[in-house]
Amino acid sequence: MNIITRRSALLTGAAAIGAAALPKFALSAIPIGNATPPKLPIESGATLRVLRPTKFLDPDEVIFRANIAKFTEQFKVPVRVDFVGWEDLRPQVGVAANTGAGPDIVVAWPDDPHLFSDKLVELSDIAEYLGQKYGGWYYLAEKYGKKWGTNNWIAIPMGGSGGPAVYRKKWVQEAGFDTFPTDPADFLKLCQNLKKNGHPAGFALGNAVGDANAFAQNLLWSHGGFLVDEDNKVAINSKETIEALKYAKELYPTFIPGTISWNDASNNKAFFAEEIGLTQNGVSIYFAFKNDPKYAAQAADTDHAPMPLGVSKTRAEQALILNAMVFKHTKYPNAAKEFIRFMMEQEQYEPWLAGCLGYWAQPLKAYAQSAVWTSDPKIAAYRDTCGLQYWNGFKGPISQASGAATADYVLVQMFAAVASGQATAEDAVKEAERRAKRFYR
Amino acid sequence: MSAHADPTLWVRSRSKPSALAKLFDNKTFLIFICLAPALGLLLVFLTYPLGLGIYLSFTDTQLGKPGVWVGLENFQYLLTDRVFLNTVWNTIFYTAAATAAKFALGLWLALLLNENVPLKSLLRAIILLPWITPTVLSAIAFGWIYDPQFSIISYVFKHLGLISTNFDFLGTPWHARWSLVVANTWRGIPFVAISLLAGLQTISPSLYEAAMLDGASGWQRFRRVTVPLLMPILAVVLTFSVLFTFADFQLVYAITRGGPINSTHLMATLAFQRGIPGAALGEGAAIAVSMIPFLVIATLFSYFAVGNRKWQQGSDDDV
Repeated sequence: MNIITRRSALLTGAAAIGAAALPKFALSAIPIGNATPPKLPIESGATLRVLRPTKFLDPDEVIFRANIAKFTEQFKVPVRVDFVGWEDLRPQVGVAANTGAGPDIVVAWPDDPHLFSDKLVELSDIAEYLGQKYGGWYYLAEKYGKKWGTNNWIAIPMGGSGGPAVYRKKWVQEAGFDTFPTDPADFLKLCQNLKKNGHPAGFALGNAVGDANAFAQNLLWSHGGFLVDEDNKVAINSKETIEALKYAKELYPTFIPGTISWNDASNNKAFFAEEIGLTQNGVSIYFAFKNDPKYAAQAADTDHAPMPLGVSKTRAEQALILNAMVFKHTKYPNAAKEFIRFMMEQEQYEPWLAGCLGYWAQPLKAYAQSAVWTSDPKIAAYRDTCGLQYWNGFKGPISQASGAATADYVLVQMFAAVASGQATAEDAVKEAERRAKRFYR
Repeated sequence: MSAHADPTLWVRSRSKPSALAKLFDNKTFLIFICLAPALGLLLVFLTYPLGLGIYLSFTDTQLGKPGVWVGLENFQYLLTDRVFLNTVWNTIFYTAAATAAKFALGLWLALLLNENVPLKSLLRAIILLPWITPTVLSAIAFGWIYDPQFSIISYVFKHLGLISTNFDFLGTPWHARWSLVVANTWRGIPFVAISLLAGLQTISPSLYEAAMLDGASGWQRFRRVTVPLLMPILAVVLTFSVLFTFADFQLVYAITRGGPINSTHLMATLAFQRGIPGAALGEGAAIAVSMIPFLVIATLFSYFAVGNRKWQQGSDDDV
């Protein structure tokens, strides 16, 4: 059955235009392992509905659609893809999970597969195949892809958006740093000098799901604090956390005013307007500069670096993983698995990766050899995004509780309360502990 | 003519009504049939979701996982949760402040529009604009107006040399609360103004003439004629306005997300945040259900304290 609705006609139209407009992509020589794809005979008459978050950069959607058009052509499986707002995704996934109807495949947020794990088709076969073929999965991809504590893949991570520091080279140099500091004390010094020179830093401390959580997590992890321990016990009330809070209180006055009410778009806007010289973000800020000839000077002067490590041995950041999952209610599980496998194969994956300038960095190690990462040395900080070793609710399992603590801004508000002087470090950490205990009960 | 002599000739013999016709002649049945569609809609789209919401609030259901009955546990926790208690207080403040502002300004606007001003119809149409703009659009516009870096107000004041740093519209709890009250007021005035204007127009001009002949001043005419006659409609509009404001979601969610540090969360936004992104459906439902008593009290208050009971029961006013 293939009913052509106005919508699907429009979609295929758009995809065809997208495919036609794309220049021929030269694949990089990446190391490819020997692997046989699992036998997944596609069900006859299969059709697929895919739901994914809306694009942040144009190529994200254009190339994704072009790849889908290729899939449809090759496997004769019509695919309808819907792009939904980042925050509308969770409600829609929730409805699909609760009612057992709706999209077959959802490219969702990192925690989603772990909330709905018993409603998902196991994807270990394609995950193992892809891992074998493309040099293995990165650390964080494995963490988010497998059901916690097991070896069963419930999702296929498709990419990860990192949040290193984004800064203007000249202003950081003027502030006395030729290389970006890795130590929190130096970082504080840098921010103080930036403020003095009129190009302050700005980090979101409002209810901004992505940016504010990323900043709060870096503050916490770089001081050795963590929300819960390995046994899933709330462990936020520690002297490390207090240290982190006191540090935040010193750091906050160096920011541009108003960061306590910043949302996810605020730092992008402020950086574009050259109101700030340092923030933390995905590659999207640089991407926008780079693709507008008017901003060539700004693009040349923008660079990225890991956020301060502090006492952490690895980068104290995590990533926003695009996590693809297949619902058990799909009538065509093989077609759905084939779709995900197809999208992760080099012919499809690399153009998407490169087109987005690594906005969604690869979860499979072989793609680190893609030419995109050497084409522009400035995006090197994003290359191993999926290799980061922190996650939501570090060190405990990824679960409903870790997702809820992030969604309720427990860490963000703990830091914001102390930074803005509304609470002492001791009170704020107790409040965070009380709130976290509710989620981890 | 002879035809007039026998009128019975012209009466057609009536066939006996069929069973169906009889059924439709039955008043009770007819009422039921006419009400059925509306009743069905109410049951499916109102009673069922409400009932489900109340049921969920007594369970620990999570998104995608069925829960078990936990009785009042959710409510007990909420009573100890400072974030929730703060939110209740925010919601009450937000509703009270915004409703008061909307009524003061709305009534004023209605009185002005009730005068003979040129281009009256056009002005009335323009007044409605804030109300017909989709809420999210006005929320985004206010988001820009209040932006810590790019606020148009800060920009203007800065260029006039009146301030040196931007206004901090959303950065402290009280600034943020008042900023949202202003945004909500801007949106809500048209509803109040137009409804009250309709009420004003029902007041017979002869009453004002009589008052004027008796030498009543403008204030006395307002106080003794307009206000009492406007009371009934005021009660209805007040009820609706309180309900809308109390259950507001979009403005707050789009502008502050409940920040900074939860100081502007409303019960509706907190219920969503905990229930959907936080996946704790049961607790989210409990927060939403906690709104019901407040709404019932507000409704009863408007009807019994402000409302003119005689008018509402259909008898004459004291005209």
